[in-house]
Amino acid sequence: MDAIVLARMQFAANITFHILFPTINIALAWMLLFFRWRWLSTHDAAWLAAYRFWTKVFALSFALGVVSGITMSFQFGTNWPGYMEKAGNIAGPLLGYEVLTAFFLEASFLGVMLFGHGKVSERVHLAATFLVAFGTTLSAFWILSLNSWMQTPQGYEIINGEFHAVSWLEIIFNPSFPYRLAHKLLASALTVAFVLAGVSAWQLLKGKVQNYTGRVLRVGLTLGAVLIPVQILVGDMHGLNTLEHQPAKIAAMEGVWQTEAGAPLLLFAWPNEKTRSNDFAVGVPNLASLILTHKADGVIKGLDEFKGAHPPVAPLFFGFRIMVGTGMLMLAFSWGGLWLYKRRGWVAERLPRPLLIGLAMMSFSGWLATVAGWYVTEIGRQPFIIYGLVRTSEVASNVAAPTIALTLAGYVTLYLALIVAYVTVIKYMAEKPAEQMATLDEQQKQGTAVA
Amino acid sequence: MNTTLTTAPGDWMPLVFMGLMGLSLLIYVVLDGYDLGVGLLMAGASDADKDRMVASIGPFWDANETWLVLGVGILLVAFPKAHGLILQALYLPVALMLLGLMLRGVAFDFRVKAQTRWKPLWNRAFMIGSLLAATSQGWMLARYITGFAEGWAYTAFAAVIALALAAAYALLGAGWLLIKTEGDLQLLARRRAKLAWPAVVLGLALVSLATPLVSPTVSARWFRMPELIALLPIPLMTGLALLALRALLNSHRVLGKLCWLPFALMVMVMLMGFIGLAYSIYPYVMIDRMTVWQAAAAPKSLAIILWGCAVTVPAIAIYTVFAYKVFWGKAGDLRYA
Repeated sequence: MDAIVLARMQFAANITFHILFPTINIALAWMLLFFRWRWLSTHDAAWLAAYRFWTKVFALSFALGVVSGITMSFQFGTNWPGYMEKAGNIAGPLLGYEVLTAFFLEASFLGVMLFGHGKVSERVHLAATFLVAFGTTLSAFWILSLNSWMQTPQGYEIINGEFHAVSWLEIIFNPSFPYRLAHKLLASALTVAFVLAGVSAWQLLKGKVQNYTGRVLRVGLTLGAVLIPVQILVGDMHGLNTLEHQPAKIAAMEGVWQTEAGAPLLLFAWPNEKTRSNDFAVGVPNLASLILTHKADGVIKGLDEFKGAHPPVAPLFFGFRIMVGTGMLMLAFSWGGLWLYKRRGWVAERLPRPLLIGLAMMSFSGWLATVAGWYVTEIGRQPFIIYGLVRTSEVASNVAAPTIALTLAGYVTLYLALIVAYVTVIKYMAEKPAEQMATLDEQQKQGTAVA
Repeated sequence: MNTTLTTAPGDWMPLVFMGLMGLSLLIYVVLDGYDLGVGLLMAGASDADKDRMVASIGPFWDANETWLVLGVGILLVAFPKAHGLILQALYLPVALMLLGLMLRGVAFDFRVKAQTRWKPLWNRAFMIGSLLAATSQGWMLARYITGFAEGWAYTAFAAVIALALAAAYALLGAGWLLIKTEGDLQLLARRRAKLAWPAVVLGLALVSLATPLVSPTVSARWFRMPELIALLPIPLMTGLALLALRALLNSHRVLGKLCWLPFALMVMVMLMGFIGLAYSIYPYVMIDRMTVWQAAAAPKSLAIILWGCAVTVPAIAIYTVFAYKVFWGKAGDLRYA
């Protein structure tokens, strides 16, 4: 395999591994703030217990996010040196602001948030929790701004092959940024909604119910039920924005090879790059045109208009369907689950087992949808690294293929092991809450927080 | 070879960024140095001691590593042309360091959250990760100051510096433990500090000799009058600090009132090393190959980051101090809020 394919695989492996954890951390941090605030305002011990359990999950996810994020900052240089040479003037400040405003904020206050109880007042502790949540969100703001700029670049001029900033406002708030940011933050909230619901369902299934289990399940299901429709709406707007700026990406997602009016929505097909057509296509007539142009006979540009400059079709076609399919499952489970929960008088123990099994299996469904969607948008930018302007092949590193392959093998092995360890440990923690309660009792006996 | 000292407006900015980058790397080496060092010192410590050692660095390690991201971030942002060259040349050690940092960072949490039977495994991952990160950083330092020259002598040099930097981190970590712990663990820290000391001295001596040998520019800069006399305080203070540190380790006061002094002296040694290195290298980002001005990003981009730095760096300093004050004094058990 040639070096550029390996370099892309390595970068993809790393960014895929990395994104799993911020996706949980962003929304979980706000959720923790909510739990803590509920505890402070109601003095109901179940909220504190929920806060403590989920803080542990957060600490673990945060550590994984930090270390894989450090790797990212190096791989810009090791894998895509040409990118920084050409676009460093734009990418640099955006990344710089992420480090300066977000990374230090979250990292510095994390210690106080995790271990500062009894050393600082409740108010300062709550403020620290807020700053960590704010920091994670700010981090998403900057990095998605840069990512969006690579998709829909504006506000620059090119002098001697190098990008120079003309307007920072135009660069930061480039056309796809608001949609991508909203889509990603909602994805984070939905991921956490299903992790909360799934882990609670697991505790119910295993008979390890805690005083907070039913409550967290309700929070998770409610969050999911409320946000899924919002996500569908935002996703649709994001799609329309992509159609305007990156029509080739949309054509690949929908498997439209030739420009056509009234294009069908393909439920299944096997895109064939050789014949430049779809095998085994099953579709709903006119629906793709209706969704994308909001007109039944609207015209969608086909891939043939972008020959040599469009992304590979199959990953986008399937990635998009996996994302949407997962979203539909989320819709069904959150609405169905919430409805059943209400009918059973909000008594978690009375929920039917099949629902709990389903929710437990959906625990990490947010990861699947996020990664699938992320692949659609990132592979959809190919063959460009900066859409329409710089090709990925132009900026690759000169590192020899065997070296990249070797380190790739190392990274992938470690990542897989860590994902397994992460999921196993969360399962273990969910089943083992005894020690947790001991700490709580001890604290209540003493009447003050233990440092 | 010759330095292009142009006088266009905005030419001071690359220098400011060089300073900022150096400063964040220095802060990184001191801060993450002590927590990597504590990781190294865990080898052979009892289980209870291991818990206490982790507790002494638990609230800080994450922010400590952020300084590395800032240092590399500034390299990336302010000197994009050097960033790619340097990181490609250091591809393998960078990958090893990252694997090490990852192992270590996650082991922090896994060791107490996973089943008890896995704890020894995660402890080992923590130590190995720390060792991998420390030695690869030493290796990179050696490769960088020798201008990435190839040959067995350079490889051997890099190997020695890799171990020497690990020793320096261990010494720093021992200094940290003297401050943050009591009793047997403090005594253990003192014994380990004594072990690490000779390796640190050897490493520093080698770096000081090698840099002028490798680069005529560097040797010309140090060994001429009157600069030599003006520069003498750097090696002298380093030597004095190291001797004082060694003498202090024999005194019982290092376990009590003066527990902070070995750490402070080690910081002093690192500061001197940093100043010496900065003087040798200036104004290059890659010795004898690329100056800060040749590597710098466009002035407009530098300006916008500089504004950002002017606002955020003081804020970062304030909340870093805050975080250290919250956890001031001897380390207790880590308990979630």
